[in-house]
Amino acid sequence: MQFKYTIEAGNFTKAGDASSSFKKVLKQLNVDPQIIKRIVVSLYEGEVNIVAHANGGKVICEVDPNRVFIQLIDQGPGISDIAKAMQAGYSTASAKVREMGFGAGMGLQNIKNNSDEFIINSEVGVGTKLAIIVNLPQV
Amino acid sequence: MKLKEVATFLNAEVVCGHSKLDREVNAVFASDLMSDVLTIDSEKLLLLTGLVNIQTIRTSEMSDIKNIVLVRNKKASPEMIALAEENRIVIMQCSYSMYKSCGLLFQSGLNPVY
Repeated sequence: MQFKYTIEAGNFTKAGDASSSFKKVLKQLNVDPQIIKRIVVSLYEGEVNIVAHANGGKVICEVDPNRVFIQLIDQGPGISDIAKAMQAGYSTASAKVREMGFGAGMGLQNIKNNSDEFIINSEVGVGTKLAIIVNLPQV
Repeated sequence: MKLKEVATFLNAEVVCGHSKLDREVNAVFASDLMSDVLTIDSEKLLLLTGLVNIQTIRTSEMSDIKNIVLVRNKKASPEMIALAEENRIVIMQCSYSMYKSCGLLFQSGLNPVY
């Protein structure tokens, strides 16, 4: 099953809409609540990053019996130094983003902490792509 | 501790979720930074915050936080209330500072998350 969402740049009123929609899907699929939380916290962090930092983007969520695979693909501006962006506390967030309660430089690390696999690629002038995998326990 | 006891200790006004005041809370996390809130993994949590915007509720939704107290006389917007009701989140408002609110709840026996 695949679910696609479009993320608007700078629209904090809608930030979280994709995560909220996908959370409802996971609940309907009877995924364990603790695992849902890990997935949606990761997704929400990534979604807020696109709203806050990128020129818009999209989210593709795939669910299969073994795992949830999420791709967050934005339209730039890209991250010049990924190692620095992964450092706790490092942030380029604007005052507006900080007013919304974000921009503490913890988001990417929190995604990593909540996922089983986390891959980030970025090219300045092109965009950033996050791939997040959370494994589902086998019954 | 039940939410209705929290409301009494903080002299708080219940904005939404009036039917859920028998809900138990075990621990409190106090922050205006949603980035911090998103790192918390704790059940039956009460969030104290002075941050008043729709992302306060979105963050709570993602973190499975069902109980929020807005401190420093901050008021929930109609959009926040609607989203909270959709997610069965209780919102209370109190006029006390964050420090005083935390102190009163700590004194009454509610634990910190860490």
